[in-house]
Amino acid sequence: MEATPLQRVLATVIGWGVALLLFFPIAWMVLTSFKSEGDATSPHLLFSPTLESYHDVFARADYVTFALNSVIISLGGTVLALLFAIPAAYAMAFHPTHRTRGTLLWMLSTKMLPPVGVLMPIYMLFRTAGLLDSRSGLVMIYALMNLPIIVWMLFTFYKEVPNEILEAGRMDGAHTASEVWFLLLPLTLPGVASTGLLSLILCWNEAFWSLNLTSAGAAPLTAFIASFSSPEGLFFAKLSAASTMAVAPILVFGWFSQRQLVQGLTFGAVK
Amino acid sequence: MVPSVVVLLAWMIVPLVMTLWFSFQRYNLIDPTTTGFAGLDNYRYLLTDPDFLISLEKTLILVGSVLIITVCFGTLLAVLFNQPFPGRNIARVLAISPFFVMPTVSALVWKNLLMHPIYGVFGAMARTIGMQPVDWFADYPLASVIAIVSWEWLPFALLILLTAVQSLDHEQREAARMDGAGALAQFFFITLPHLSRTISVVVMIETIFLLTVFAEIFVTTSGGPGNATTNLAFLIYARALLQFDIGGASAGGVVAIVLANVVAFFLVRSIARRLEV
Repeated sequence: MEATPLQRVLATVIGWGVALLLFFPIAWMVLTSFKSEGDATSPHLLFSPTLESYHDVFARADYVTFALNSVIISLGGTVLALLFAIPAAYAMAFHPTHRTRGTLLWMLSTKMLPPVGVLMPIYMLFRTAGLLDSRSGLVMIYALMNLPIIVWMLFTFYKEVPNEILEAGRMDGAHTASEVWFLLLPLTLPGVASTGLLSLILCWNEAFWSLNLTSAGAAPLTAFIASFSSPEGLFFAKLSAASTMAVAPILVFGWFSQRQLVQGLTFGAVK
Repeated sequence: MVPSVVVLLAWMIVPLVMTLWFSFQRYNLIDPTTTGFAGLDNYRYLLTDPDFLISLEKTLILVGSVLIITVCFGTLLAVLFNQPFPGRNIARVLAISPFFVMPTVSALVWKNLLMHPIYGVFGAMARTIGMQPVDWFADYPLASVIAIVSWEWLPFALLILLTAVQSLDHEQREAARMDGAGALAQFFFITLPHLSRTISVVVMIETIFLLTVFAEIFVTTSGGPGNATTNLAFLIYARALLQFDIGGASAGGVVAIVLANVVAFFLVRSIARRLEV
């Protein structure tokens, strides 16, 4: 459809206006992170940029701990979930039985369980097992939390691999394990990678379990940022610096995985 | 397949059964003397507790408002970002960025950097045009939370609806245009019906997540002032980890699960229709 010049100008102006408006809080956060604490409380655009706040945040030695916790927990949760999900998705995609459909839908339904509904039992179990404020506890929770989404996404990627290729492999004497490892994995590597990426994003930003099940030792960045909410903690520049560092990597990941995100978050209902 | 099913089954069933079990027990962590079977007492207390009813009301207002805002603007923006204009891809990326920001960061950036009456940007803007700055979280706490949550979820609606708009048949629109349908008519009679299924999916997925909004409230208002922003999720959290009333919190948890399941039922059904095994 040919747009008239007027329509084009309108679309440009409104489109960019909306985009900048929605992005403004993030831009403002980044801007504030380069201000000194004194400048940060007055919304001026003119200031002398400084890395002071970044220094201060790093000087609180525990920042590195929180960041490291985030990395370990997100990676751990993702890898653990993939280990369970790859065989499951393989079985369902290439050896479907009459129960496969039901199983897939049931897995999806586990994702609908509101976390707050099971907060109490999980908390009690963790307390008994000594998993409160431990990284391994959160890794397990995150793996289970994302397992349904991961299985679903892998399933849709595997579905696109023609069965003949795997059969040819089997003819040549490949075991199931080597079939998955040498044939399926290389063929679907982009799919597996984007699934993992989505899982990383979800783990990184998760803020219900991390706030409730950790205190100091295993707390990831979501919890660290939350500690800035105390009334005496009105350090805008430091908050911005810490937030910018916490958000930046995942924002970049997110930009690259938009497509997979749509598929993963809607369980293939929207393509 | 078996290991995944087993761990998911355990993950699903064990906590669920425990929640149900606790919800029938007298169980308080700071008072070990209160034990025993409570029957339906926890539920009776809960359902007659004005705080609970208020929290249900807040939950519904929060979910409803965010849904209306994100779906309406999401649809409009999806159509807008489907138009060709210079730099469209960059503009899109900027517009969907808020979705990737962790909830605690979005909440605090909005609360401190933007909405703070003295130091925030909004206050400064109000003063420039000679108006009294508004103390958002004191005067309109629930609306403030709704604004933050909508900002986080609008990109989600936009992203998904945009994918659907892009799959719209080009020739169909062309034909409609030939028949003299204006832009508005095209939107209402072609685009919107095409999007209806996607919109219902967006509504259901968002509802499931919005029913349990927690971090945004936790770091901004802590449910207050009073119980102005205490939704069901926050009420359960407060009962459980601030008052250590396990029985009461579990009864609330059961209510939350039932609510989510009503929505989940429809979502699973609509996804099942598309599933080919």
